[in-house]
Amino acid sequence: MRALVWHGTQDIRCDTVPDPKIEDDRDAIIKVTACAICGSDLHLYDHFMPGMEKGDVMGHEFMGEVVETGKGVGGSLRKGERVVIPFTIICGQCDQCKRGFFSVCERSNRNKHLAEKAFGHTTAGLFGYTHLTGGYQGGQAEYVRVPFADKTHIKVPEGLSDEQVLFLGDIFPTGWQAAVQADIQPTDTVAIWGAGPVGQMTIRSAILLGAKQVVCIDSVPERLEMARAGGAITIDNAQESVVERLNELTSGKGPEKCIDAVGMEAHSPRALEQAYDRVKQAVMLESDRANVLREMIYVCRPAGTLSIPGVYGGLVDKMPMGALMNKGLTVRTGQTHVNRWTDDLVKRIADGQIDPSFVITHRAGLEQGPEMYKTFRDKKDNCIKVVLRP
Amino acid sequence: MSESTSPRDRSCPRAQMPLPNYLGADSRRRPDPGTRVLAQGLGWFSIGLGLTELAYGGAIARWLGMPRAAPVIHAYGVRELLQGAGILGSSDPTPWISARIAGDALDIATVLSGLEDPNPRKHNVLRALGALIGVTAVDVICAQSLAKAPLEPSQKVRQDYRRRSGFRQRAEVMRGAARDFTPPPDVIGPEAMRPWRSAKA
Repeated sequence: MRALVWHGTQDIRCDTVPDPKIEDDRDAIIKVTACAICGSDLHLYDHFMPGMEKGDVMGHEFMGEVVETGKGVGGSLRKGERVVIPFTIICGQCDQCKRGFFSVCERSNRNKHLAEKAFGHTTAGLFGYTHLTGGYQGGQAEYVRVPFADKTHIKVPEGLSDEQVLFLGDIFPTGWQAAVQADIQPTDTVAIWGAGPVGQMTIRSAILLGAKQVVCIDSVPERLEMARAGGAITIDNAQESVVERLNELTSGKGPEKCIDAVGMEAHSPRALEQAYDRVKQAVMLESDRANVLREMIYVCRPAGTLSIPGVYGGLVDKMPMGALMNKGLTVRTGQTHVNRWTDDLVKRIADGQIDPSFVITHRAGLEQGPEMYKTFRDKKDNCIKVVLRP
Repeated sequence: MSESTSPRDRSCPRAQMPLPNYLGADSRRRPDPGTRVLAQGLGWFSIGLGLTELAYGGAIARWLGMPRAAPVIHAYGVRELLQGAGILGSSDPTPWISARIAGDALDIATVLSGLEDPNPRKHNVLRALGALIGVTAVDVICAQSLAKAPLEPSQKVRQDYRRRSGFRQRAEVMRGAARDFTPPPDVIGPEAMRPWRSAKA
């Protein structure tokens, strides 16, 4: 089968690789009908996340049709069913899964020892996202083996297109969880850093959940335009001071809720700060850039909440812990507990409340994947989200 | 795959490997502010170093214990001035920063010869080498950062995303449409830790 394969930094190729096979009774094989390139794939593309090996198949946003199931899947999935696969692999049986904290499933990461070294304890296995998370083949391919398939799936009702439901596997529940974690009240101003696909979903989630004012910060004009379409007031941080503008919008008090939808590859408009983080990264004294975190901590209203869906992988420097502690800020973060939200979100899509396909700007065949990675990363042609069809 | 037809082997055409980004100039390159400042700083550093090498090449050579290297240092001074002018004067300094790295290699190779016997000033040679290695590291960081900088979208392409709300009605009308959703307490914290609904004495 064809698949997008990692060969090194900024080197993705469409290769022919062996077809996946059933390895465990709880496996299923999915024929992929649509997949997407995620912003967090760029952390692998640029090799910011450790743990990738040459030959790894990329991709954790995908959906398709069940073509084969193991004996242990039982009646949970049948051949021919249309499913979206969440990017987190869940066993459904461990303590964390039973509590609904699916992104920290205790059993699905088959390389637990690596995760434990990096993070202290294991988190869930992920599709196509380094050997730290299990080294599972990703979904930017024609076929995928889904472990624990009896639990790791989201069924798609008839009448909804692939593009309407594809993002149930990652970015839509990610934006939704980011907004839910922020505990939005009707009087709140919610500030969201990042107008990429997750930021766009977060904006719409915050609007649906009733925020009084949603403000989005970015510097890419087309992304800011899409953010405004979703109901956000926008701040171009290349043109104006974020802190000043947010204070202006909130009578000097700061937003009650701040959401980081950027993560570890943040770009600071402050030259010295950016140079500092870049140099420290280059000499490996720091692995992640924390510009957004620092700014959020500084500008957030005291007793406010920081919600962090943005992906971080390692160590950051110069964290204003004094401001965080003395302002009494609450921090909620984590990878998305996808299956916790998807029943509700499927209904909202089916009811017509929201159509997540608004975010797709580029469509291509799988063989154009390497080129599309570059287009997505460089934001060429006003690219915001790429969907690939095998 | 026992129950499905195995797809034919359709090999993908091998992706062409692009030329290194750090060798070519691209006016669309859009480095972040920190990288721009770093490149400019290196440009002015080149100018300063170039003038110093031209004016004091002989003294530098004697300090290194390599008096015969004076004409070489003068030539390197001209090189630094050209590099500095290129960095500061071009819309994309990437190839000029890469040229600095090549120049650093030349400098290091030249100074290394000062470690051969007999040179009573080897300690100065070591100091110079340390400084050169440090500068080379900064040049490499800058070149890598420039090479990875995104390219500005083509001015000819301008998509209209103004209508991409994702909602069936205007965003203002959809505000609060999901108020039926109750955030779970284990996600938003226990009631005792949540804000009071009204001010209490």
